Amino acid sequence: MSDTAANPALEAAANAAPDASRVSIGQIFLEFLLIGSTSFGGVVPYLRGSLVTRRHWVDDKEFVEMLSISQSLPGLNATNMAILVGEKLRGALGSIAAIMGICLPGAVLMYIVGIFYRIHGEHIWITAALKGVAAAAVGLILSTVVGMSKKSLSGRFDFVFIALTVIAVNSLHLGVPRTLIAVGLLAILFHRPRKEQKESGVQ
Amino acid sequence: MNQIPALVRVFAYLSLLTVGGGMAAFPEMKILTVEVHKWLTFPQLIHLYSVGQMAPGPNMMMIVAIGQWAGGILGALAVLVAFFGPTALLAYTVARLWKRLEKWPWRTSIQQGLAPVSIGLLLAGCFTMAKGAISGVETAAIAVGVLLILLQYKINPALLVLAGAVLGVFSFMPK
Repeated sequence: MSDTAANPALEAAANAAPDASRVSIGQIFLEFLLIGSTSFGGVVPYLRGSLVTRRHWVDDKEFVEMLSISQSLPGLNATNMAILVGEKLRGALGSIAAIMGICLPGAVLMYIVGIFYRIHGEHIWITAALKGVAAAAVGLILSTVVGMSKKSLSGRFDFVFIALTVIAVNSLHLGVPRTLIAVGLLAILFHRPRKEQKESGVQ
Repeated sequence: MNQIPALVRVFAYLSLLTVGGGMAAFPEMKILTVEVHKWLTFPQLIHLYSVGQMAPGPNMMMIVAIGQWAGGILGALAVLVAFFGPTALLAYTVARLWKRLEKWPWRTSIQQGLAPVSIGLLLAGCFTMAKGAISGVETAAIAVGVLLILLQYKINPALLVLAGAVLGVFSFMPK
């Protein structure tokens, strides 16, 4: 499927045909650059629209599976998805092209915003606006928490693990790594493979 | 003083904590970038993170601004490579091994186990941020308003964050 030994010199040449089985490195880079520059307010719907609906580079089932892998690995969903899709299409070079494409626009924008904020951040208008922006961002994160809880929990007992994680980080100040290892291991052991799991299914 | 090695160390470490999303690393990011290395203040960190929610692409691109402040353009590049390199390698390795991992019975256990923990980390990051971002009735009302709207309607979150800016100007401008 994937061709890790691809020569980077080939990228510009040939392979220009929009064929799902043989997508060029340049096409991958441009498609992810497009996603990276238009995906306001969350990358996942834009990824699906582009990769599944428009380009047919991955089918819907594959997309959902890649997303679930992305979510259980460290790293952002957006960049993990870029790596997985890039790998599927063109191996290591495909991954590199995809992650660079998806990161570049936002990185350039935030570079400029950072400089601008450093100079004008103390301006009373900006301070007032940012106070509203930060409050709105808190609401946005909370809605992500609710959305993820609805989608990816596999039982009521999972709320205990959520609570334990929050308490460990915010009240006991155990730090994220220790919390991740301790509560993570506990939760994984709780969900350990069992015989009857085949009947009860995932939900 | 050259901050590049410290930037690389901090952001490579933070990247491994982003299970479930960038916000999972936020409590640790606050400790390291604000308290230990003093690259920026806590309000600045909150502002950059929040503004970053309006930018397209992966939602932690605000790290570029931290890198730029601490080490110029090289700092920005170093932070990008450090933050995305390790997890990219990991994702790539898993992608290559996936066919074999697919039948491994513990795979489902790991996915089911990490789901609540990653939600918890996200919530913990949110609380850490709220301590700095929610300071009165008005900010609390904006946060709750955004939450309720997003739960009720299919609307682009970036627009609501932008609306937060407008509300902020009206609510918090000194009279």
